[in-house]
Amino acid sequence: MTPSASPAQLGHKYLIENVSHTFPGTDVEALKNVTIDVKPGSFISFIGPSGCGKSTLLNAMGGLLEPSQGRVLMNGNTIDGPPDGVGIMFQKATLLPWRTTLENVLLPIELRDGSKAAKKHTDAAMSIIETVGLKGFEHAYPGELSGGMAQRAAICRMLITEPDVLLLDEPFGALDELTRERMDIELQSIALARGATVVLVTHSIPEAVFLSDVVYAMSARPGRISEVIEVDLPRPRTMETLNLPEFAHYVGRVRTALNKGHQVDNH
Amino acid sequence: MTTTKPAKGQKNPSALSRGVMGISRWFNSLPQAAAVAIVIFTVLGTWELIVRVSGISIIILPSPTDVGRELLIVFGQLAPGGFLAGELWTTIQEILIGFGLACVVGFAIGLWVGQTKFGQKAVMPLFVALEATPKIAFAPVFIAWFGFGITSKFVMAAFMSIFPVIIGTSAGLAATTEDELKLFKSMKAKAWDVFWKLKMRRALPFIFAGLKIAIVAALTGAIAAEFIGGGIGFGEQIRLASTRLALDRVFALIFILSMLGILLFSLVAWIQNRVTFWDKPNMRLRKNGKKKSLSVKP
Repeated sequence: MTPSASPAQLGHKYLIENVSHTFPGTDVEALKNVTIDVKPGSFISFIGPSGCGKSTLLNAMGGLLEPSQGRVLMNGNTIDGPPDGVGIMFQKATLLPWRTTLENVLLPIELRDGSKAAKKHTDAAMSIIETVGLKGFEHAYPGELSGGMAQRAAICRMLITEPDVLLLDEPFGALDELTRERMDIELQSIALARGATVVLVTHSIPEAVFLSDVVYAMSARPGRISEVIEVDLPRPRTMETLNLPEFAHYVGRVRTALNKGHQVDNH
Repeated sequence: MTTTKPAKGQKNPSALSRGVMGISRWFNSLPQAAAVAIVIFTVLGTWELIVRVSGISIIILPSPTDVGRELLIVFGQLAPGGFLAGELWTTIQEILIGFGLACVVGFAIGLWVGQTKFGQKAVMPLFVALEATPKIAFAPVFIAWFGFGITSKFVMAAFMSIFPVIIGTSAGLAATTEDELKLFKSMKAKAWDVFWKLKMRRALPFIFAGLKIAIVAALTGAIAAEFIGGGIGFGEQIRLASTRLALDRVFALIFILSMLGILLFSLVAWIQNRVTFWDKPNMRLRKNGKKKSLSVKP
């Protein structure tokens, strides 16, 4: 849209400038004056209580929602509609039950380029399916998959278009703790291998700290960023990372930030 | 079987209640076919007994054996070339044409009602009101409009069966979740793909639920219209038999119609199972038996 992006806009994957959003017909400010820049290849998280606008912000970054004020730029261009090169994942796997795992994974290609193109991507899909450990289940239907397996399939579906931006809305929120930790480690290795920029919305403080370079603590009414915590832990992070004192330190900082935001809220 | 032992500390049940529980358990453990057979046999047996003991006239209540004897005659006339075969064929035609009409028109109206605000606001209440009327009362109207032939009958059949198709279609199209719509939006799906690859698939179980009700309603509609006028079809045969007090014949014909209803219903249910194979609550059960070797075919 704006080919003459200013130098300040280059070198950023996302620029979110003064974004506010009020849902039509309400006067609740879901977001107020949010400004963020996201470096390419970085992993950031939005964390906060319900109603802090974290999902709204993610939807705006995915082009699923137009903020009522301010603008969201990706690669220097204002977003209008879902941009190319972005993969989105939600809390529910949202697999279509009448399609096999493979057919579900190929859905984005099929919708974009048609059934023939989807068929040509079968090999690519199979290799992604293998990476996430779903080999042998490519012809199974979603009703036959466990919750964790369904989310793996959803990851494959997100990756099939080879996006360099991943937007994740509480992707593992419905999984049990152990499965979730394992999925987090897989997610990290996928992001690192692809050099992808990842934006994660989560309710879990340890998850946010474990995965992110930057954690944005948010508070509600109006939804805003209350604190920015940069997590300086070496990658790749492993199960051992969870036991480091630094890890506990970052978790403590995020928790304090969230509690402060909450107290402000009660005034 | 280990559950039959009463838990410790529980009072020992009396011999009588133990006996009752034992019998109840035996009944519950029967295979379904045997259980159904027992119920049917009991009902027919009681019916037979009442007729024999009370000596009720055959023109009031024929016994099951009377009806069975008549059924054999009816079966003979249902063979190709028999005069009842032609009447049955007439009725089947009415049902199928009426049902087909209800499917096509009902689906179109269902789309209108389910996909547009106007349809929902203006058209839906009309059909709800129509559904609340005793629809059979319209049969004379259709006979006046479409004559004594087959047309008035299949129109009646369609009229009786269209409502569940409309409801099924419009409710089914609303069954798509917000998450699914968001997913398709994020993948920049074309409007047609959203409709065809998402909404329609989601709607199918609802549409079939409607179709199963509709096919039986079409049968009722066709028979009702035949009763009212025209002198054709199976309904007319029932009417004729009852005017000459041949209740054994009436029961035999009703039996044939019931079989027809069950057959048509099963046919729709069978198609549903093929088309919406994924819409089964027990789908996950298949996983347990053969875990990794899943090579499921639709």
